[in-house]
Amino acid sequence: MAKITLDNLAHSYLPAPAGEEDWALKELNHVWGDGEAYALLGASGCGKSTLLNIISGLLHPSQGRILFGDEDVTDQPTAARNIAQVFQFPVVYDTMTVRENLAFPLKNRGAEAGYIATRVQAIAQMIGMEDTLDRKARGLTADAKQKISLGRGMVREDVNALLFDEPLTVIDPHMKWELRTQLKALHHEFGHTMIYVTHDQTEALTFADKVVVMHDGRVVQVGTPEELFERPAHTFVGYFIGSPGMNLLDAEVAGKVAHVAGHEVPLGGTYDAPGGRVQIGVRPEFVSLGDAGLPVTVTRIEDVGRHRIARLDFEGTALNAVLPEDAAVPGDNLRARLAPEAVSVYSDDWRVTPQSRSEEAA
Amino acid sequence: MEKTINQKAWFLVLPVLVLVAFSAVIPLMTVVNYSVQDTFGQNQFFWAGLDWFRQVLEDERMWNALQRQVIFSGVILAIEVPLGVLIALNMPKRGVMVSVCLVLMSLPLLIPWNVVGTIWQIFGRVDIGLLGRTLDVLGVDYNYTQDTIDAWVTLIVMDVWHWTSLVALLAYAGLKSIPDAYYQAARIDQASRWAVFRHIELPKMMGVLMIAILLRFMDSFMIYTEPFVVTGGGPGNATTFLSIDLVKMALGQFDLGPAAAFSIMYFLVILAVSWVFYTVMTNLDKQGGK
Repeated sequence: MAKITLDNLAHSYLPAPAGEEDWALKELNHVWGDGEAYALLGASGCGKSTLLNIISGLLHPSQGRILFGDEDVTDQPTAARNIAQVFQFPVVYDTMTVRENLAFPLKNRGAEAGYIATRVQAIAQMIGMEDTLDRKARGLTADAKQKISLGRGMVREDVNALLFDEPLTVIDPHMKWELRTQLKALHHEFGHTMIYVTHDQTEALTFADKVVVMHDGRVVQVGTPEELFERPAHTFVGYFIGSPGMNLLDAEVAGKVAHVAGHEVPLGGTYDAPGGRVQIGVRPEFVSLGDAGLPVTVTRIEDVGRHRIARLDFEGTALNAVLPEDAAVPGDNLRARLAPEAVSVYSDDWRVTPQSRSEEAA
Repeated sequence: MEKTINQKAWFLVLPVLVLVAFSAVIPLMTVVNYSVQDTFGQNQFFWAGLDWFRQVLEDERMWNALQRQVIFSGVILAIEVPLGVLIALNMPKRGVMVSVCLVLMSLPLLIPWNVVGTIWQIFGRVDIGLLGRTLDVLGVDYNYTQDTIDAWVTLIVMDVWHWTSLVALLAYAGLKSIPDAYYQAARIDQASRWAVFRHIELPKMMGVLMIAILLRFMDSFMIYTEPFVVTGGGPGNATTFLSIDLVKMALGQFDLGPAAAFSIMYFLVILAVSWVFYTVMTNLDKQGGK
């Protein structure tokens, strides 16, 4: 086990990348802490899998270095890196039994027969396939096959890191929850460094200690689930995480006040006039309806169980508000109040740190 | 949904039945007709029962031809299948070279069979052929018109040249359908090159490979044109395969009865072997699940 350092890493699938868009993975410096569980979250095609394949050595990066501990492994082949990786779609060796499948990575590395037997038994128990160990892997259902793939990933104890590339896509929802819990338990028990790629925010937020959010080939924020929720560093994080995502409004910001289409919105901190395209963002959880704030009209109310979501229209811009379950929705002259301490200011999509703000100084 | 029963629907099958009757059943029945009767021309037929079958089965000539045929098919399968797979494994996976390779390999497949025969007949000639002359100059005693071994080697090399591409192309198609994740997982699992072939590539290729073997078996078992053009069945009877023998019997000696009996048995052998292949293939599919 080791910490994994990405140093100036970037990758392009083109031989001679010219512009920004040619890079599937833009320049990146990041340290994956030893023994931590990370989720790598982002929409499809944002470079998550590229990054994962570079770490495991399936891809050679166009530039930069990868270090395991202090050792530069950039030019080492996958086998030498001692990494386990589980892919999105099940990969099993059809000609082998379930037992042989699970034993395969150990056998290839010359482990003793006795050790292999105990490991395979332990893993089979974990994935709930003890009864089918002697069946041929061919002809099993997709989720049984994926469980075998997961098992093959976890069978080695001494791996530097465990990488998961959306491993639960083909698993049914109940089993998904159970396997994720198993993975977390495994992490607590053995303390492997784990990187879990997903585009599902629930999966990311429940699995990981730290979530790495990627957008358009770039890491936009690394943080705990709370940090991502409370202080999204990029508008993408704001709208990708949360359901519904963050409200964004074009604004002019000066001092402690933002001007949105002629209306004043008080802010929780003081800002110099930021440059570029300025927006304010506030999560629907911090929008309340009443008789002060921005004039809005209600387009729809959605009941989602524990609370209700009000779809609002503010001078042509859509706004969302989360309402308590039994709150009455007032009629005419409706106004939406944005809680000042929950409003973030963005300049060209990146969050601007206020100059003075009590809770951020602490 | 309720099933409607309408016996008139049988009429929809009629065109196919008529077509198959004219293209297969009726010709086959005339052969059956010849095989159980004797004729001296002028459309006079005499019932012969199974005499012709007995005669052909007792004749060593047919057994010798069958033996040569089995050896020929066995040898070319043993060469073409592994060689084709080997070529497919070493073909480029992407880039311009893929098309170049595919076109080059398809070329032999596009040449008409009698032209293939003629090419090799001339190619192997000791007086003017590139191959024959070269071997002669190098001091190799090679003459496919007089030496049995040389004739066999020429025919086998010709068939390998003509048909290995087919096996290679089918195997290549099978290989291309394997998702990258399998190779990546194998690298993660530190699988050896042999293990990758044995546990990933071969099982995934099995289906198309069976088709390749079936096609090559049927074609080589019925081979006629190329050996007829190159060696004409000689020297002696050394390369007289079943179909060549059959043509000699039917059109050379005009022994219609024995020839008909011969062809029916020939047909049944091919049918039986193809059925075995088919059964094996469908079983493979079933085991493979999806």
